[in-house]
Amino acid sequence: MDLEYSAEHQAFRDEVREFLEGWPLKGDEARLPQEEQEQIFRKRGIEAGYVYRAVPKQYGGSEQPQDAIKDRIIVEEFYAAGAPRDLMSQGAGLMVPTLLEFGTEEQKERWIPPALTGEANWCQGYSEPGSGSDLASLQCQARLDGDEWVLNGQKIWTSSAQRAHMMFGLFRSEPDAKKHEGITYLLVPMDAEGIEVRPLREMSGGYEFNEVFFDDVRVPVENTVGKRGQGWQISRATLVHERNLIGNPNSMREAFSDLLDLARSRKINGVPANEDPGMRRRIAEIEGYVQTSQLSNMRQFTAANKGKMLEVMRPMMMNKVAGTDIMQMIMKCAYDLLGGDGILAPTESELDTWGRQTTSTGWVLQYVFSMGPAIAGGASNIQRNIIGERGYGLPRDLRRES
Amino acid sequence: MDFGLSEEQEMLQETIRGFAQNECPTTRLRELFDKGEGHDPALWTALAEMGIAGLIVPEEHGGAGMELLDLALVAEVLGEYAIPGPFLGHALAIRGVMLAGSAEQQAKILPDLADGSQIATAALQEGDADWTPESWTARVRGGRLTGEKTIVSHAGIADRILVGLDAGGLAWVDTRGEGVVIEDLGGIDRTRPVYRVRFEGAPAEVLEGGGGNAWQLVETAAVLLAADAFGAATKLIDIDVAYAMEREQFGQPIAQFQAIKHTIARLGTDIEPARALFWYAAHCQDAIPDEAARAASVAKAHITDRAMNAARESVELHGGYGFTWECEVQMWFKRIMLDRSLLGTPDQWRERTAVLGEY
Ligand SMILES: Cc1cc2nc3c(=O)[nH]c(=O)nc-3n(C[C@H](O)[C@H](O)[C@H](O)COP(=O)(O)OP(=O)(O)OC[C@H]3O[C@@H](n4cnc5c(N)ncnc54)[C@H](O)[C@@H]3O)c2cc1C
Repeated sequence: MDLEYSAEHQAFRDEVREFLEGWPLKGDEARLPQEEQEQIFRKRGIEAGYVYRAVPKQYGGSEQPQDAIKDRIIVEEFYAAGAPRDLMSQGAGLMVPTLLEFGTEEQKERWIPPALTGEANWCQGYSEPGSGSDLASLQCQARLDGDEWVLNGQKIWTSSAQRAHMMFGLFRSEPDAKKHEGITYLLVPMDAEGIEVRPLREMSGGYEFNEVFFDDVRVPVENTVGKRGQGWQISRATLVHERNLIGNPNSMREAFSDLLDLARSRKINGVPANEDPGMRRRIAEIEGYVQTSQLSNMRQFTAANKGKMLEVMRPMMMNKVAGTDIMQMIMKCAYDLLGGDGILAPTESELDTWGRQTTSTGWVLQYVFSMGPAIAGGASNIQRNIIGERGYGLPRDLRRES
Repeated sequence: MDFGLSEEQEMLQETIRGFAQNECPTTRLRELFDKGEGHDPALWTALAEMGIAGLIVPEEHGGAGMELLDLALVAEVLGEYAIPGPFLGHALAIRGVMLAGSAEQQAKILPDLADGSQIATAALQEGDADWTPESWTARVRGGRLTGEKTIVSHAGIADRILVGLDAGGLAWVDTRGEGVVIEDLGGIDRTRPVYRVRFEGAPAEVLEGGGGNAWQLVETAAVLLAADAFGAATKLIDIDVAYAMEREQFGQPIAQFQAIKHTIARLGTDIEPARALFWYAAHCQDAIPDEAARAASVAKAHITDRAMNAARESVELHGGYGFTWECEVQMWFKRIMLDRSLLGTPDQWRERTAVLGEY
């Protein structure tokens, strides 16, 4: 065991730090809207080889040789500087790896670059009202008519569909085939005739996800990714990508450190909350979870780096549900620290900006938001099925197979 | 950057695992457990021959010259098989001598411990709550030790005792000498019996290499207890899995019920990632001294707490059988009880985490 970085990696860290002196932008550029500034900086990051390292140059990435330690250094340093890094939106995070693996040359050239720069927003059209955890039962229909698909039906819980230019989605193309067959992976322009996006109000009060209705929506057949009827396998393959993406433990550390600050600023029975013995222990207990998660992540990362991924499959399966629970623990503790302020609703402007906000109502919002990950991307109980079955070899659940 | 075990470390664990499987299967463990002596000379000799007794003793004093991480990895496997024996106290005594003994004292004391021919233990805690060095009152005056220590593992069979003194000093005492009164406390973990030891003017040699090392010793204990509890908890999950696959109710293995499957998944998710926590805490003592105290503190609190929860759930998962003396789960349950309560409870270590973390 050796937690020191090699001289080469240390030098690399210095290089990255030097580059990061360019953020925040200065001069005229600093007066541009935030989103544009981020785009400019991200573009520079790509040129310098720090951003989208796994994506080939011809598709807008920086195509660097694989080096997990360098990747980690970049994440750490970019995070510490608060600099915009890879846009890990639905498009860049899920659709791009899918296209890299299964897309045609033409599809890659056309769709990947704008997804990376953020010029094109993507949404993920998987869930349907009747098909959540049991996603393979989805019904939204794609019928081939000449060289066009005709889509009919409905998707639901589609995050940021209201801002999306494109959707990557799963559609049933062979209604009579078995459940897992006859699903096709399609790229759908959101401005196509017959698409209607209806916002759904979230429990937080904001509007981030939607219902999407399809009424004879026509999509050219060249928007099919992989072969017709193979959508399920394709989406699973990228789920593996998603699971293999070892999460960023820095955000948990940051939330924990915000929690400590909050404890210092609040009172319990007239005494600063950070001096209350019960609260100190509760926070220290959370620190136990946070450290565990960070260190387990480091172990997984080292193993992956050495090509020993199999040794850490089990802890990797646990990352999502553990991370979700720990973030909820942090937010719940913060909510308790707020005392009576914990009943305040988040403001409109807070609802517009997701993530880290340390005002009272910002904490309330974070607490409410911390409910989402336990459902999105495979609910926690589904994760526990996976851990039990694939991690510990327990028998499969009673599930209807058709 | 490498946060993983070396091949040698993996082999070390595999070797002891193989040994434990052959030499101390559950049937043998049960015999030893029921006897309650927590010791089997043949088992100890065999471990000593494998180099376990003197694992961290420098090679020039007859040991294997390995690091604290290696020692913790051994503790993990011993916890996994609930191996009875004086490993914990012996390892702590050695660590104490290495931390606080002068070069001469080390040269004199360590060789007999390294080959396991002498068994040592460590007497730190006083009373039920005085486990921190600041609270110790045992003292040496004119070469004579007076004071009372409690929860001293394996004192009944130990040849020597390392004793924590007031102001954080450490002394070395011959157990069989005059002025040492040893009383069996009837500990619940029958793989590691515990004793009260009274020193009534016992001849003692103060370790001269500088005081103030007592906290480091207590932190070493915290890491070893955490590693032991981790090993015990992973074993319990394996036992749970095997039982859940075999036990049938309603015409199917109970493993097929989601409540059972999810229980196992939850316990796994609680325990498995914490492997990295005790690795790190041990490694800090070897290489990152600035972080060693806090890492040990977090590891002891978190792992023994989560392990105790796993043990409690494991009993329940075995139904009525789980509540019996016959059910093997109890041996690990009690192993974890000791890991959790010896030298500070999770609550106490969490308070210390808060202090060290400058909450
Ligand atoms: C914040 C957020 C953003 C989302 N964004 C998107 C998006 O962009 N695109 C998209 O396609 N979808 C999105 N989703 C949808 C999400 O993927 C689904 O909500 C999720 O898969 C669960 O499906 P469901 O809502 O139908 O719940 P159900 O599947 O009906 O589950 C209800 C409950 O039953 C449990 N359950 C179901 N089956 C089992 C089983 N076999 N064993 C044990 N328990 C079971 C679940 O754990 C859950 O607790 C989002 C969801 C959220 C909350």
